[in-house]
Amino acid sequence: MPIEILMPALSPTMEEGTLSKWLKNEGDKVVSGDVIAEIETDKATMEVEAVDEGVIGKLLIAAGTEGVKVNSAIAILLQDGESADAAAEPKAAAPKADAETPAAASGDAGGKARESSDEPTAKADSKVPAAPRADIPSDPDIPAGTEMVSTTVREALRDAMAEEMRRSEDVFVMGEEVAEYQGAYKITQGLLQEFGPRRVVDTPITEHGFAGVGVGAAMTGLRPIVEFMTFNFAMQAIDHIINSAAKTLYMSGGQMGAPIVFRGPSGAAARVGAQHSQCYAAWYSHIPGLKVVMPYTAADAKGLLKAAIRDPNPVIFLENEILYGQSFDVPKMDDFVLPIGKARVHRVGKDATIVSFGIGMTYAVKAAALLEKEGIDVEIIDLRTIRPMDLPTVLESVKKTGRLVTVEEGYPQSSVGTEIAARVMQQAFDYLDAPILTIAGKDVPMPYAANLEKLALPNVGDVVQAVKTVCYK
Amino acid sequence: MAPRKSASVSSRKTAAKPAKKDFVNGTVADFDRDADLKAYREMLLIRRFEEKAGQLYGMGFIGGFCHLYIGQEAVVVGMQMALKEGDQVITAYRDHGHMLACGMSARGVMAELTGRRSGLSRGKGGSMHMFSKEKNFYGGHGIVGAQVSLGTGLAFANRYRGNDNVSLAYFGDGAANQGQVYESFNMAALWKLPVIYIVENNRYAMGTSVSRASAGHDFSQRGVALGIPGFQVDGMDVRAVKAAGDEAVAHCRAGNGPMILEMQTYRYRGHSMSDPAKYRSKDEVQKMRSEHDPIEQVKARILENGWASEDELKAIDKDVRDIVADSADFAQSDPEPDVSELYTDILL
Repeated sequence: MPIEILMPALSPTMEEGTLSKWLKNEGDKVVSGDVIAEIETDKATMEVEAVDEGVIGKLLIAAGTEGVKVNSAIAILLQDGESADAAAEPKAAAPKADAETPAAASGDAGGKARESSDEPTAKADSKVPAAPRADIPSDPDIPAGTEMVSTTVREALRDAMAEEMRRSEDVFVMGEEVAEYQGAYKITQGLLQEFGPRRVVDTPITEHGFAGVGVGAAMTGLRPIVEFMTFNFAMQAIDHIINSAAKTLYMSGGQMGAPIVFRGPSGAAARVGAQHSQCYAAWYSHIPGLKVVMPYTAADAKGLLKAAIRDPNPVIFLENEILYGQSFDVPKMDDFVLPIGKARVHRVGKDATIVSFGIGMTYAVKAAALLEKEGIDVEIIDLRTIRPMDLPTVLESVKKTGRLVTVEEGYPQSSVGTEIAARVMQQAFDYLDAPILTIAGKDVPMPYAANLEKLALPNVGDVVQAVKTVCYK
Repeated sequence: MAPRKSASVSSRKTAAKPAKKDFVNGTVADFDRDADLKAYREMLLIRRFEEKAGQLYGMGFIGGFCHLYIGQEAVVVGMQMALKEGDQVITAYRDHGHMLACGMSARGVMAELTGRRSGLSRGKGGSMHMFSKEKNFYGGHGIVGAQVSLGTGLAFANRYRGNDNVSLAYFGDGAANQGQVYESFNMAALWKLPVIYIVENNRYAMGTSVSRASAGHDFSQRGVALGIPGFQVDGMDVRAVKAAGDEAVAHCRAGNGPMILEMQTYRYRGHSMSDPAKYRSKDEVQKMRSEHDPIEQVKARILENGWASEDELKAIDKDVRDIVADSADFAQSDPEPDVSELYTDILL
């Protein structure tokens, strides 16, 4: 059967073009790869190559013709023994893929796929499925009489890694100074001695590279814990965290993902300047395909890090240098694992809700104690996980108190607090008795001078004042 | 400007140049009838598949970016012939050839190109993002150079598990200038990881020629400071590729650490479908096609040795065309993904 050679689309946005020149004449034999014509697209002059073999039976469009529609027949290719006459009447236009063949759609920078999905807007919207809701279990019961051991966050993190490394041979830790130096912040203390250099791997200072190595290993099913000395340095590795780790499961249609934990301190320490003082909670919380955890207490640090290591997804585990040395009670249990994605009511109250996480909790806790003396009973929710965010727990509290203040150290624009405020406004507007206030770090790079640094961070007084404001007191 | 000698893919003409290991010891693998016929068939499958993909792109069935592998077929086919079960492959976005060579189905690849539900990534990856756990193919990556670190991680996993598999990390002459490539080289050499870095030097990083982008044009020597051995290989000759692959695989499997193979190759088509390739002359392309075509080389050898007749080769050609035509039909008739797929595979 004679083959119609069609006007090709040679850019993601081309609808029509000029057939500027024929390089083959009627009667010429062509084989795959032969350049048969030149066409001008909306961007450039391109060559058209033959795909099939045969003899050019007829040129249907004269050289120099403008506005030749994509997918219209431009020539007839004859196979062995066919004559040009048999193919004199070409079909009007090429067959389309289906009603939504993108080549025919209007073009702009969005590209084809985008146009086809955008076409019947109202109809398309009704087809968008609802985002799934994950059913996240509550914290495990701690049996009565369980011994509580005062533990620093630092020890809790180390214990979590050690327990998981004992549990599975697939778990290993890699990063700068994690082995022989025993950890830049001593989080990996003792791990080299117990697990050896095969599983506790000192890397060169090469964040981009070793993040990629970790993700590659995770794609084969290993469970790397990648320690960043601080998350500030992970900005060199953010491409692998987002493009390689977070997106692979989706891009592979569920075939392979990256069960990996990226952990390390995030946020301001003390007097370390702008490049070492930044909270990444909001950054990573933006990304589908990641889980983002930021614990406050040692118990949460332990239970959530164990959960993160077992999680089949990439988990960003944000710690804080100032919290490392703080002690909290940790239940002495064989296997204390907490659910990722579940907030914890840190303090029950009735007058106003404070939502915070990580080191932000230190302000919330102190503010609540001060406010109690003034007769304001604050409920504190420790978010613990930033993504997926446990909004139901927040909403439940807001519906009770009618007032909400968020507290974090990160920058104020597009912060975790503004996200919470937006969602609470959308989902619990009628329950609010006052505008939501968001307390965050100031909108400045972190200054070095002690007085300025103090000003750049939130403080307990700000939180106290914000709670009073939403309570109209 | 005349093409630089160092970038020439002509083995016979440049092999004698001093101080240049143009091709692995100047050797090519000894191909018997079966090997040559296998290479012919596999390369032809990639060639015909890519031509069809180009056609479907032109018809609007394939959207976005589409980077064709035409001209470079000998590289991946030759390397694949040097591997054993369990060895892993990872590459960038010019990946259709790698996937076919790894044994991933033509239907699955083509249906992914058209964004349909039976595509290898269920229509959610596209031309640049396909994977196969079964065939040990790890993508399909769109960020230039990222696959080099990831491929090093695959090798790390092999060493961690104590198996003797190797990983192949393919990247182009453009990616060879990315920082993470050297971070990866360093770790691979430091930890003696079984990874073969394959620079597919097709002379142009999109529209920028090697001489305009790279100080020093011998990519095989980019690991010298780290003690990583490397060779330049005639990437248009599948036997030379196989020989280099054999040597590199043996080196890695024996625990000697990484190796770099610079495959001197050439892409006939533009960088992507919308690239008119005005940065090179038609003569240059035509010369490559007529004098160095990887498929024609094998074909000529087969005929010369009397290993198959023209008719037998035509039968192979028809068989390959049928596979490709079937994949194209399938990829056009297969439905788009169900809308419920929008929210699946984000988290496990």
